Amino acid sequence: MRYSGLQVLAQGLMGNRGWKPVWRDPEPKPAYDIVIIGGGGHGLATAYYLAREHGLGNIAVLEKGYLGGGNVGRNTTIVRANYNLPGNSEFYSHSLKLWEGLEADLNYNVMHSQRGVINLFHSDGQRDAYARRGNAMINQGDDAILLDREGCRRMLPYLDYDQTRFPIYGGLYHPRGGTARHDAVAWGYARAADQRGVDLIQQCEVTGIDIAGGKVTGVQTTRGAIRAAKVAIVVAGRSGQVAAMAGLRLPIESHILQAFVTEGLKPCIDHVVTYGMGHFYISQSDKGGLVFGGDLDFYASYAARGNLPMAEHVMEAGLTLMPMIGKARVLRSWGGIMDMTPDGSPIIDKTHVDGLYIDCGWCYGGFKAVPGSGFSFAHLIATDRHHDPAARFRLDRFRRGVLLDEEGTGSQHNLH
Amino acid sequence: MRITCPLCGDRDSREFSIRGHETYLDRPAPDAGEAAWDNYLHLRDNPAGETAELWYHGAGCAAWLRVRRNTLTHEVLKVDLVRDLTGGDHAD
Repeated sequence: MRYSGLQVLAQGLMGNRGWKPVWRDPEPKPAYDIVIIGGGGHGLATAYYLAREHGLGNIAVLEKGYLGGGNVGRNTTIVRANYNLPGNSEFYSHSLKLWEGLEADLNYNVMHSQRGVINLFHSDGQRDAYARRGNAMINQGDDAILLDREGCRRMLPYLDYDQTRFPIYGGLYHPRGGTARHDAVAWGYARAADQRGVDLIQQCEVTGIDIAGGKVTGVQTTRGAIRAAKVAIVVAGRSGQVAAMAGLRLPIESHILQAFVTEGLKPCIDHVVTYGMGHFYISQSDKGGLVFGGDLDFYASYAARGNLPMAEHVMEAGLTLMPMIGKARVLRSWGGIMDMTPDGSPIIDKTHVDGLYIDCGWCYGGFKAVPGSGFSFAHLIATDRHHDPAARFRLDRFRRGVLLDEEGTGSQHNLH
Repeated sequence: MRITCPLCGDRDSREFSIRGHETYLDRPAPDAGEAAWDNYLHLRDNPAGETAELWYHGAGCAAWLRVRRNTLTHEVLKVDLVRDLTGGDHAD
């Protein structure tokens, strides 16, 4: 079923009784050409681009829970391409271009809103660093505008410009950045992949990876064995456990990142705003809730919930920057399981097992990467060659000492 | 989360900072080779369940601690002084 304005109107007039489920619920077949482990944003996008870009159809996505129930349904929905380092810059630039055509491509409203991202700075040194980053973005062909204090004041009148501890010097404005509706991204890719013949198999947990003579032959699951010529691991925070099934030890530690949502308010925050001196960033959802978060709790965790110290820090930082939000009541908070690499950059690569591929290490930046990651991972799986924009996301770069340390904080999992 | 320091007793986790997995206690020799250093710096078992980490009691006794902890529940299971485990050497 193709969506259109006319169809929405017709369904509305007929009481919305004609909508059908948008993907099938197939039984797993005994064998596929390609099995993708993980039905999140990256896994679904990978399946879609394998079908669309490479004409492959005999593909299954195996999901242990429900589609989009992991980090793609539990993030703060920010989409941007404001990276500095060669390797990251071209990748996120490519991903943003895919975002810009995504709704027409998928025939699905993912509510992509290019409302602009503004990174505030609070010292001369930080301004220099952001000016350099802005130049890197412009060199990459993306957009960046360095705002002074008055420029910020015109766009963000509600900030506390008079605070003495961390005065606002200005901001780096990335107009094409913004947000998207997180669930819709998973659903849009799932529907589009299903339409191209991909089997989306939910409630199907992979319990083993079959390897014979150094080559992958299939997977064991809670719904039986499935043979496959190629197997792709895209499981975010659970990468360590799934990779271990193939005898692989990853440069990844899973950490907790908390996020918060307030009650619905009238529109008041029009952009994505990040605080340069405290762990705090914020945007307002289309439902009106203020969506905000901070940094890792810093210790390894699979609990999907954090502890009070970071929650307190985020609230304090937020109130320092924009005191007006102090009266908003927080409705809920949650924690995501982040697959942290030692340099804060991701991995899209082959493994030591022939036919086994891995896409992981997105740290806490995976949402904006969903289209780019799916596209580049599909390219690798289909052609066995790295896609140019993702060619530096290598599994062995840590051993070789070729880090992609965007923040320059060093080689430790919890420092990014 | 609260951590029971062997020297100071039951304390708020805010008094401590984490270094990382206890792998950091086994620092390879400078000439141990790429694989040993990769193992030490980057590769992790990343268990969903019991793990052991190095924590530093900066706002307390300034001791290095090995904390056995459950990553699924945040339960702290056992805390030892690193100096008792290594015969006096600190982490690093």
